[in-house]
Amino acid sequence: MSQRQVLQVFEQYQKARTQFVQMVAELATRPQNIETLQNADIIAVIQTAITYGLYIFMHSLTKDQSPWIPNGQTGVMALLRPLLLDVVPTIQQTAALALGRLANYNDDLAEAVVKGDILPQLVYSLAEQNRFYKKAAAFVLRAVGKHSPQLAQAIVDCGALDTLVICLEDFDPGVKEAAAWALGYIARHNAELSQAVVDAGAVPLLVLCIQEPEIALKRIAVSALSDIAKHSPELAQTVVDAGVIAHLAQMILNPDAKLKRQVLSALSQIAKHSVDLAEMVVEAEIFPVVLTCLKDKDEYVKKNASTLIREIAKHTPELSQLIVNAGGVAAVIDCIGSCKGNIRLPGIMLLGYVAAHSENLAMAVIISKGVPQLSLCLSEEPEDHIKAAAAWALGHIGRHTPEHARAVAVTNTLPVLLSLYMSTESSEDLQVKSKKAIKNILQKCTYLPALEPFLYDAPPNILKHVVGQFSKVLPHDSKARRLFVTSGGLKKVQEIKAEPGSLLQEYINSINNCYPEEIVRYYSPGYSETLLQRVDSYQPLTN
Amino acid sequence: MATLARLQARSKSIAQQYYYRNSVVDIFRKKENDAAIKIQSWFRGCQVRAYIRYLHRVATIIQKRWRGYLGRQQYQVIVKLAYYTMKMNLYNAMAVRIQRRWRGYKIRKYCFNYYYLKEYLKAVSETNDAIREALEEFAEMKEREEKKADLEREEKERDYQARKMHYLLSTKQIPGIYNSPFRKDPDPWELRLQKAKPLTHRRPEVKRKRSICLSDWLACTSARSFPRSGILPPIDRKRCQGPFRDISEVLEQRYKPLEPTLRVAEPIDGLTEARAQLQKQEWARNVNDNMFLPFSSYHKNKKYVPTMHLSSKYGPDVYGTQHFRDENPKRWICNKDFQTVLPSFDLFSKYGKMYSKAGQIV
Repeated sequence: MSQRQVLQVFEQYQKARTQFVQMVAELATRPQNIETLQNADIIAVIQTAITYGLYIFMHSLTKDQSPWIPNGQTGVMALLRPLLLDVVPTIQQTAALALGRLANYNDDLAEAVVKGDILPQLVYSLAEQNRFYKKAAAFVLRAVGKHSPQLAQAIVDCGALDTLVICLEDFDPGVKEAAAWALGYIARHNAELSQAVVDAGAVPLLVLCIQEPEIALKRIAVSALSDIAKHSPELAQTVVDAGVIAHLAQMILNPDAKLKRQVLSALSQIAKHSVDLAEMVVEAEIFPVVLTCLKDKDEYVKKNASTLIREIAKHTPELSQLIVNAGGVAAVIDCIGSCKGNIRLPGIMLLGYVAAHSENLAMAVIISKGVPQLSLCLSEEPEDHIKAAAAWALGHIGRHTPEHARAVAVTNTLPVLLSLYMSTESSEDLQVKSKKAIKNILQKCTYLPALEPFLYDAPPNILKHVVGQFSKVLPHDSKARRLFVTSGGLKKVQEIKAEPGSLLQEYINSINNCYPEEIVRYYSPGYSETLLQRVDSYQPLTN
Repeated sequence: MATLARLQARSKSIAQQYYYRNSVVDIFRKKENDAAIKIQSWFRGCQVRAYIRYLHRVATIIQKRWRGYLGRQQYQVIVKLAYYTMKMNLYNAMAVRIQRRWRGYKIRKYCFNYYYLKEYLKAVSETNDAIREALEEFAEMKEREEKKADLEREEKERDYQARKMHYLLSTKQIPGIYNSPFRKDPDPWELRLQKAKPLTHRRPEVKRKRSICLSDWLACTSARSFPRSGILPPIDRKRCQGPFRDISEVLEQRYKPLEPTLRVAEPIDGLTEARAQLQKQEWARNVNDNMFLPFSSYHKNKKYVPTMHLSSKYGPDVYGTQHFRDENPKRWICNKDFQTVLPSFDLFSKYGKMYSKAGQIV
């Protein structure tokens, strides 16, 4: 045999490997293939092992039989693993890519990657190899880490964080992006993992990544920072200390919608923790600028912008006041009107938070025409949790003074709230929220036309408040007294069955005291009979 | 003694008398004694009773006084208390009045200033309106921009389509499909086709070698700084009126490629680069640099050893080998011109090789 023939064999071998890896990587892009790949038959595994003559593979076969032979799973996994150590860079990269795609699919496969001891060699080569390989390896880490905190912890235990952080310093934006992405996915699970990411020194480098010109890199880095900041005030403070807020505030006006989404989400994650952080976000002069995002075409930009405003407003009355003064409430109300479903939710909650702080702020919400919008949400939204939020917000708006309650009552919201409370289809949370809202509003409401329908169709626990309001208003208002009789309210009140000595009975008595005895008797239930009896027993005077 | 004797004489009678008397008394003694006791007891009883009565009277007086004293004292306390409560009630009422006034004043002035609140709410609604308007405007602007971009893209697409379908243009002899002879007006596409330039054949793309040579860099900068139109500027434009140069001349001037000077056009490290390239080529060809010498002529492989004179540190002696003054200058000077080393100008090198409009050699 000549030298050339020998070389040809090797060449064929290499070609076959490449092809195998490429095919697996390609197959892994389709979800329907994953099952098959996952359950690849053990015989096929051995056959291919023989075909490719992978001594490393055989070695691994003999070394750790237990994890995969009994269930016959992780077939492709075991094949790909030695290929990660291949001498040819292309094969390595493609193997990593295939692994990443497999691990991306579900957490079983990701766990198989972890159990197969693939991570340490990935991490090792992450530091050594060229940029393509780095990208692929970071992709695998990301795909593994995204499923559960345990898997992410496994990645951290391999010491991947340090190498990923080194990758953040790479020249290639693609590598940076992949590393930032992996770090973000690791940090998003819980506070400990985020703390580990922070301890690895990722934050300053992520901040540098934000300042890069590539939009994709910016996006990923901002999202990673948002994931880090979302867990605890300390982590958010760390992120803020790295000077993120100024950069984020500048990027709000970026035309790229996806970047805007991430930026707004990051800002809201920072602002949500404490008053100080929220004030720092406000001090970056985001205010009139964020409002333009509420008019964006992208729905999620709108949602995140409202979330940001909500997170700022919820802390103190002063911050809410600032938002009101900047016209934020009006913008949010417009935004609520222009979208549907879950995107409305943060806006609705914002109105509730602002109104809950003080009566002046609630008044500001009312004059910004927030109440009609909320009642619209209440009636037209199909989902219970949004309705519950709207009910909650309305309750907070109406609970301050009679003026507020009147503003809520004139939009005809109370019957809707009552029907939500009474409906058996509405969730428990919605029932509780709407009941509370009704109670809060009723206790301040002196607008009798709105109260009157409640006399007829309210359950006793709400009727109590309604009658109480009547008993407070009627003694002082003669016109209302007259109207109360003519509209049949007094009759209805007489019909109410109240236990003697209860609060309801007291209220009824105080209402009755406002009227002459005859009329009260006239409207009492058994009066006609007694009258007839009197007719019967009456002896006419006969001359 | 006489007395004694007398006494003694009398003692008998005395004794008798004594006895007699005693015996007389003894009869009444008990009775008398009882009576005396009775009298005594009565008397004593009266006496003690009187005393007790006296004592009682006195005690009553004392008690009366004491009780009166205590009662007065308590009365004092009660009166004081009543006075105090009355006073306090009054004070409280007054304090409430004062507080009421003050609190009303303070709240109205500082906390709940009705007019201030009105004004504030008005201001808020004004800001709201302003913000709403501004946002509306912003959104409108965005929409307009988007629409414009859309239109432009569509226009471009249609243009491209027209250029692609340029072959459907009607000629003088044969009407195209958009120019049906049975219709009054031609289709708008026909006009578009008339305006469009047909697409040129796509040149096979040459894979450009990536290099960091200066000339490439210059080429790329020139591409960036000069507008490169895909199609040539129109030829048949009318001449502008006025003392202007010919359009083609101006356009040529405008769009002529960058011609850097020789000094700039050649990279400064051209030599090293060329050397590296050569090395690369040689490496690729993989030919041994050393001369291949057969064993038969091994002796030729010997290195040339210069003589001592020539290999001196100060160089070879020039004396006798070089002449510093020429004796026959005419021999070297001829009437021919020098030949240029630098490359000739393009214009001159192409002179006589180009064709004029008429097809004659210029």
